Amino acid sequence: MNTLIAISGLGIFCLFAEIINLRKAIVPVAVLGLIAILGITVSEFDHPSAWYNNMVIVNNFSVAFSSLFIVLTIFILAMSGDFYKDKPSKFSDFIAIKIFLLAGAVAMVSFGNLSMFFLGIEILSISLYILAGSDRLSILSNEAGMKYFLLGSFASGFILFGICLVYGATGYFDVAEIYALSQGAGLPVWFYFGIAMILIGMLFKIAAAPFHFWAPDVYEGSPTLVTATMSTLAKVVAVATLYKLVTSLNANMPHLFQVVIVAIAILTMAVGNLLALRQENVKRMMAFSGISHAGFMLLALLSLTTAAGTLFYYTAAYAFAGIASFAVITSVTKNKATQNVSDFNGLGKTNPVLAAVLTMSLLSMAGIPIFAGFFAKFSLFTQTIEAGYLVAVIAGVISSIISIGYYFKLILAMYNKDADAETTSFPWVYTVVAVLAIALNIGMGIYPGCMFDLLK
Amino acid sequence: MDVTTLLLLLFVGAVITFIAGDKLASKVALLFSAAALGVTVYLLTTVQQFSSLNVSYPWISAPKAYFALKVDGLSLAMVLLTTALTPLIILSSFANQFKSAKNFYALVLFMAFAMAGTFLAADGLLYYIFWELALIPIYFIALLWGNDAIEARKKAVLKFFIYTLGGSLFMLVAFAYLYHKAGSFLLTDLYQLKLSSCEQTWIFFAFFLAYAIKIPVIPFHTWQAEVYQKAPTVGTMLLSGIMLKMGLYSVMRWQLPIAPEAAKTYMPLVLGLSIAGVIYGSIVALRQKDLKKLLAYSSLAHVGLIAAGCYTLTYDGLSGAVSQMIAHGFVIVGLFYAAEIIYRRYETRTIADMGGIRTQTPKFTSLFMILVLASVALPGTYNFVGEFTVLYSLSQINVWYAVIGGTTIILGAYYMLKMFQNVMLGETNAKLFADVTVGETVVMVVLIAFLLFFGLYPKPLLDLVNPSIQEILTQINRS
Repeated sequence: MNTLIAISGLGIFCLFAEIINLRKAIVPVAVLGLIAILGITVSEFDHPSAWYNNMVIVNNFSVAFSSLFIVLTIFILAMSGDFYKDKPSKFSDFIAIKIFLLAGAVAMVSFGNLSMFFLGIEILSISLYILAGSDRLSILSNEAGMKYFLLGSFASGFILFGICLVYGATGYFDVAEIYALSQGAGLPVWFYFGIAMILIGMLFKIAAAPFHFWAPDVYEGSPTLVTATMSTLAKVVAVATLYKLVTSLNANMPHLFQVVIVAIAILTMAVGNLLALRQENVKRMMAFSGISHAGFMLLALLSLTTAAGTLFYYTAAYAFAGIASFAVITSVTKNKATQNVSDFNGLGKTNPVLAAVLTMSLLSMAGIPIFAGFFAKFSLFTQTIEAGYLVAVIAGVISSIISIGYYFKLILAMYNKDADAETTSFPWVYTVVAVLAIALNIGMGIYPGCMFDLLK
Repeated sequence: MDVTTLLLLLFVGAVITFIAGDKLASKVALLFSAAALGVTVYLLTTVQQFSSLNVSYPWISAPKAYFALKVDGLSLAMVLLTTALTPLIILSSFANQFKSAKNFYALVLFMAFAMAGTFLAADGLLYYIFWELALIPIYFIALLWGNDAIEARKKAVLKFFIYTLGGSLFMLVAFAYLYHKAGSFLLTDLYQLKLSSCEQTWIFFAFFLAYAIKIPVIPFHTWQAEVYQKAPTVGTMLLSGIMLKMGLYSVMRWQLPIAPEAAKTYMPLVLGLSIAGVIYGSIVALRQKDLKKLLAYSSLAHVGLIAAGCYTLTYDGLSGAVSQMIAHGFVIVGLFYAAEIIYRRYETRTIADMGGIRTQTPKFTSLFMILVLASVALPGTYNFVGEFTVLYSLSQINVWYAVIGGTTIILGAYYMLKMFQNVMLGETNAKLFADVTVGETVVMVVLIAFLLFFGLYPKPLLDLVNPSIQEILTQINRS
């Protein structure tokens, strides 16, 4: 709860900093403030507490994921300073919106009441709608914002409808009460309809097939840094929330639920990977790669009681690799009209550090040891086998093989072609963020125990 | 002084080589690889009880994995192969001028590190990680410093990567399943496991896919010739000399003891595939016009025979396979080096463009001749020991296997000698062939000396691997 209040306070400060002429100080203050908030959050580990009639519940799950979100936001904000350099008049708004987005994210993993959950998801989504359309002179950005807003609010409607059905069936918004009721028999059938509706809404938010159609267009049209936010922070938030929602509403889901999850996961992995193969635009490619990763993360829903640690590890590994790769992508395509694979030609020669970071983060996403992505996939596979779904694992393996095809397309372009255009300068801040993020990823790979065991 | 030092030495060597800069890189790399060889020889000669060198630290708590290394005669023999060939391979490349040499030599040492790790690892997860780590450096070595047009090279290397990674991922699934059954990845725990015959079949073939692609066994060999041809000679040497042996070693260490019932049931199938590779490789080699491709296919034939030896599940088969792995490693590195020496002078790999070299350089001709004879398993070379033990073990299973497998020697002699004739003999070539340098001579002489010494006196190496093979056989024949 302290985290949530502090983040909101920081957001409001950034909004007003403009007025008292502190524009230059916004990014450093925001980053330092978030680091302090990270400290507060981490200190709450192992001190579970409940606030305001169980509206907000702080437990290890929420603390761990909140910390991850804060770290990701710090990275994103650090890059914002350079990214919005040429839009000084909107600067404080963009920073403030990103911090509010984080507040929504924290609310989504620490809710104890479905109304709080909905509040969180709306804060997050509305911030993202604005950010997607934030490059207001670009037609693509406008399209992305509009598309995302229309489809996103449709999904929010689904979630709201689902919450109403659950309330109608149980008479509660409080998840603990709903959980207690769901253990007994005799719930009306619309309880399950309600949960299904909420699930559909959440599957939309994480861009799982067949609810993924918005993702490529929105990713492509949004400003690159916003794409980075969506593909790392927003995706991770949505997956964590989905997991928390399913575990806290009903721990013993019927067998049918698992079969549906397996089917959706396999479909998502296949769609994401196969379509990514055909993309020339790097942002679209990353969108489809993100879709396939959503499929992997869905597998965590098959072993609800034990998968929290694995899911945390997977999301962190994926998000750090994503931040590292998007830092490079942002840096390279900053002054370019397109974001095609060919724009990366010869990066291995013009900027070996950025090329190496991008290579490593792509290798992590492809699941090559010693990067964290490997352990993430592997422990997910182990768990899924224990849950008895070998077929999902084999589908995962096959889609991992396919994913090599497009990840390596980018690597090959960097190392095996000569640069077409003159080299532009690469601002140092992207390099610092990229190197830090990939270092975190490799650190997780060398010593995976530190994160697997957090959520025992 | 133990094996962790050895691994650290190679890894730190890779880092220091990278730091040392382009000018010093090759020398630093040579220094570290030679030091690794020194450590290996020191361990082999001074340590009485190899099991005292075993290492085991807890690494990850869930899934439970250890940093566990198993040291016995077999793994040390393979480490010796790695650390003995690496300095020679590095030395052999001194005449080449590589762009950004620091990256190149750092990758070579890193690959040696990963391969040595694969041979030593006694924990399934650790083993898998080393196994995959070895793939990344060779990918970049072949891609960035390879021959021919970039587009063709890119395609060949990507195919190689996807093939091997695809196979390995199925092995990973097998490991995940084994972990689910045994609760640990440790080799000792996996050996204890009692699997039903259905489970064994699945595990056996999941492993087989990974190893058959790496070795390669027919019909998973299609990546091989292209990559051998496109990779720089150093990469080809690392691949054919050491990396293929990772697959063969893993068959003995992991696949057979974990799924022995399936290995017995499917023996005719895997033996058939292996021996088919022998015939196929030999026949295709007959028709090659490119020297490197010819050697690639001859390698396919030889490793097919080694794989057949492993899958006989007999003492002779396994021991012959180990001998032949080491012998083939040395001889194929030598042969690729000879091809490189010719390329440095004539800038061609097409056999038809060569010829008439003998009169210009009798020294090189003799050295090359000995390597060719070793490759066709002439008595007195180490290859003879390996190849004939394997053939003998095949004849114990079924005499026809031995007869068909034996054609590798006849066909091998035919295409190798024909190649030698076309490349070296004939009328004096108009183009000048500068005599081999001291460095080039040293590498070839060391390789040949090794092959001849152990060809005449194979006992030390046989004694070294004997206990490990007995242990593996007990494990295979447990009920």
